[in-house]
Amino acid sequence: MAGVTPSRLGTRPSPARGAAESGPARWLLISLALLFLGTFLLLPLVNVFYQALHKGWDTYLRALAQPDTLSAVKLTLLVAAITVPLNTAFGLAAAWAIAKFEFRGKALLITLIDLPFSISPIVAGLIYLLLFGLQGPLGRWLDDHDIRIVFAVPGIVLATLFVTVPFVARELIPVMQTTGTEQEQAALTLGASGWRTFWQVTLPSVKWGLLYGIILCNARAMGEFGAVSVLSGHISGQTETMPLRVEKLYHEYNATGAFAVASLLAVLALLTLALKTFLEWKQQRAYALAERAQPGAPAS
Amino acid sequence: MVARSFHVLPGFGLTLGYTLSYLSVIVLLPIAGLFLRLLDLSWADFWRLATTERALAAYRLTFGASLIAALLNAAFGTLVAWVLVRYEFPGRRLLDALVDFPFALPTAVAGLTLSSLFAANGWLGQWLVPLGIRGAFTPLGVVIALTFIGLPFVVRTLQPVLQNFEREVEEAAATLGASRLRTFLTIIAPTLLPAVLTGFALAFARAIGEYGSVIFIAGNKPFESEIAPLLIVIRLEEFDYAGAIAIAVVLLVISFALLAVINLLERWASAWQH
Repeated sequence: MAGVTPSRLGTRPSPARGAAESGPARWLLISLALLFLGTFLLLPLVNVFYQALHKGWDTYLRALAQPDTLSAVKLTLLVAAITVPLNTAFGLAAAWAIAKFEFRGKALLITLIDLPFSISPIVAGLIYLLLFGLQGPLGRWLDDHDIRIVFAVPGIVLATLFVTVPFVARELIPVMQTTGTEQEQAALTLGASGWRTFWQVTLPSVKWGLLYGIILCNARAMGEFGAVSVLSGHISGQTETMPLRVEKLYHEYNATGAFAVASLLAVLALLTLALKTFLEWKQQRAYALAERAQPGAPAS
Repeated sequence: MVARSFHVLPGFGLTLGYTLSYLSVIVLLPIAGLFLRLLDLSWADFWRLATTERALAAYRLTFGASLIAALLNAAFGTLVAWVLVRYEFPGRRLLDALVDFPFALPTAVAGLTLSSLFAANGWLGQWLVPLGIRGAFTPLGVVIALTFIGLPFVVRTLQPVLQNFEREVEEAAATLGASRLRTFLTIIAPTLLPAVLTGFALAFARAIGEYGSVIFIAGNKPFESEIAPLLIVIRLEEFDYAGAIAIAVVLLVISFALLAVINLLERWASAWQH
């Protein structure tokens, strides 16, 4: 299949002689790239499912049906159900302020929103442990009032909230910047209220970017390990999320059990990738349509 | 255009106020709290706790392994981006989508499956261990996990640059008699450099803070295969909060410095593109 496919002939002419690699060089490069991706992406992926299933379906299902594993699944879903909507609301507010208005310190604000990405998850967990733990004044006050945050579900939620703050905002900001403000202004001129303009004009025009941010945020919320590990207390059946359950089973030398839980998380990752690819395609099409509709609009 | 000045969009105060309060409560104040706790320590205490022999060994491993992994990703990431953008082959689109797999896969799962692959009875370990290459429960395992974690960065920063690259320049060089290798080294490579460096820095920064994938595969022996984030966890388990804070502050300051470097690199890369 070397050479140029017919669909590309129009846009990308076959390069002149000497401006492309020779056949053998090309195949060598492709083989090297495939070898690298095969070792570091495909093998680890296939291995998860092989290790989970190679003792048969019955063993697999029995491993998943353990009460502590089921409660880990429930806790993971609960944590995602709390953190994803909160960070989605934050992302919408931040993107609205940053994309639709000019103000001083905007670049700094964007850097601050991205900050959790550059902080080690362990440091993130430690920060909350210090804030709400018993060695701090706030922690002692909370303890006196029987409010448990550290080594309990609220701590897990807070740690997850911290590490997933940037996801929706950073996907939405560029999308909202591209759509501009003309449509909202038209709606307002025609008498629509601010909320109505937001729900009926802004939201539909950024929906693919928004969904994209939400699924990435959800994947990280369900998969977070380090930050949650510091704050969890690791009580099986109570404060163990799925990634922590994987670790506990691994330490108990229950490889099949660990891989069974891991396989669920791997399915989540594959679903995330599939949805992400689909949304990228949708978003590109939306951009192309918008550009055709108004030729002067800024390109992505 | 005149209408614009009459119809300012509503909600600026509300959304900016909400953004700033939320960010302060969830991110900024807790970080400030960490630095506040640092005030309980004298400078000498901080320095002693942050530079114990064990901590120094952990920094060496964390930075050394992160550097090697980021270099591997710079080399192979450039190759993968090149192959995905320039060539047509069966399965190209699938591989392109799979490049983000390390971003989507929970790190605990990555560590679990990598350690099982490289263990003596694993799919790769059964061939590599007899050759003396022990990937599981050694410092090499740290490099393997960090390479997996950082794989998407260079590919994803480089792909758009390669897609926008003007092939006419290469063709002109070829017409003027330059060999393919010379064209690559003198014309293509300098254009790609800012993006490769940005991807390298992103992968390096991510690797330094990584915890989940590494602890499954590293073996976690003090002075040998113990990374700095793990040492923080161990200090916490010993209720040595001051020791944990000291190492965390070192990591945090390095993260902030890397963030500044990455911002500069990104600005340079986008200026270079225009």
